[in-house]
Amino acid sequence: MVLFYYVVFPGFLAVFVAGGIASWVERKLTARIQARVGPPFLQPFYDIKKLFIKEITIPEHSTRSIFMFSPVVAFAAVTVVSTIVGLNLINRAYGFNGDLIVCVYLLLIPSVCVVLGASASGNPLASLGASREIKLVLSYELAFWTSLAIPVLKTHQLKLASIMGFQAQNGAIASSLSGIIAFIVAIICMQAKLARVPFDIPEAETEISGGAYIEYSGPLLGFFKITQYMMLVILPLFLLEIFWGPVNSPVGILKYLLLLFIIIVLENTNPRLKIDQAVKFFWFGLFPLGVIGIILAMLGM
Amino acid sequence: MSIGGILSRSIWVFHFASGPCNNCDIEILDALTPRFDLERFGIKLVGSIKHADCMLVTGMINVKGAPRLKYLYDMAPKPLAVVAVGGCACSKGIFKDSYYTRGPVDRIIPVDAYVPGCPPRPEAIIDGIVKVVKKLRSV
Repeated sequence: MVLFYYVVFPGFLAVFVAGGIASWVERKLTARIQARVGPPFLQPFYDIKKLFIKEITIPEHSTRSIFMFSPVVAFAAVTVVSTIVGLNLINRAYGFNGDLIVCVYLLLIPSVCVVLGASASGNPLASLGASREIKLVLSYELAFWTSLAIPVLKTHQLKLASIMGFQAQNGAIASSLSGIIAFIVAIICMQAKLARVPFDIPEAETEISGGAYIEYSGPLLGFFKITQYMMLVILPLFLLEIFWGPVNSPVGILKYLLLLFIIIVLENTNPRLKIDQAVKFFWFGLFPLGVIGIILAMLGM
Repeated sequence: MSIGGILSRSIWVFHFASGPCNNCDIEILDALTPRFDLERFGIKLVGSIKHADCMLVTGMINVKGAPRLKYLYDMAPKPLAVVAVGGCACSKGIFKDSYYTRGPVDRIIPVDAYVPGCPPRPEAIIDGIVKVVKKLRSV
């Protein structure tokens, strides 16, 4: 039964399919915004299937084991977090005290794996991407944790299920002033966590040509792609569970689609920031906003 | 779906330019614009040869470019389709008697499809891609 949870539903398979569809929505909407037709519905799955029949190339000067393991570890971490978040959606009784913190740490692991894999590949552009990824993680994590502190302060719970139960009784966290501040901060941090456009500094296709992923090919790149697809589903769901519950109803799907729409619109209407601008934005813009939110939450607003 | 079928539905293109006059490059980008939109067929440009399924080569291949073209071809994960775009890449074009050319492309690496023209129109480039797709499907 546990294996079923991890592999089929709500773990890997369900979230992967949902993530592929979300990725298609993203590409299609982007194309429509640019007045193009856009890719066919199954395109993300074609891409993955193709990557898994390609050859793996390993660079000569790479650290072989770390280079090969980091995509798999990233994929495993996001599978675990999708199982935890998904089980909380269907069954309130599931969960353990402190799974909120476990989820946030697991959501950090894909970024760490990108850094590890890129540094192990021995490519100068990849190491540039890795250094940018580290700086980006350092900048957004502070604001992200600040925003997560607000629902914890309001509910006095560290358990996802309890936070959702609190919201089912007393209304969504985001309906209060401090809650809405926290939600906005978290949405912008989510954009950075997903490495979407204003914060796609580590990848920067046009500038360092794929950055951290530059040396990855075939199935290894496929694992990173699957990780990205799954993150596109699980991170908005995680935020919805914390800030805008209850999610386990058909309205929850509409809420998710709204968040996805916000991600896509932000992606298509913004230029890429430089890394120093991003650090300044998170530390001196969003972090003080989050602190104001915490003070408001302590005052009970 | 067969291996060739899946390869032909998701072609990621790496663009290698060695001494082009930039006309072919602009026409290649034209094929991605709203009027032609090759993303309909799952085709997109990637920045790294390690991600690529297809290499577009433009320009007469000059002395500096030739060894790098060979090197990139050897680095790429197989299967890889190579398309020579433009008169220069297909047959040296107006650089036939130049002291600085090592082209055309098929003297250095095997080529799967030729797209002649100076520059080729986007329709011609799409026709070249159709040739590659047909070839992949017959694998």
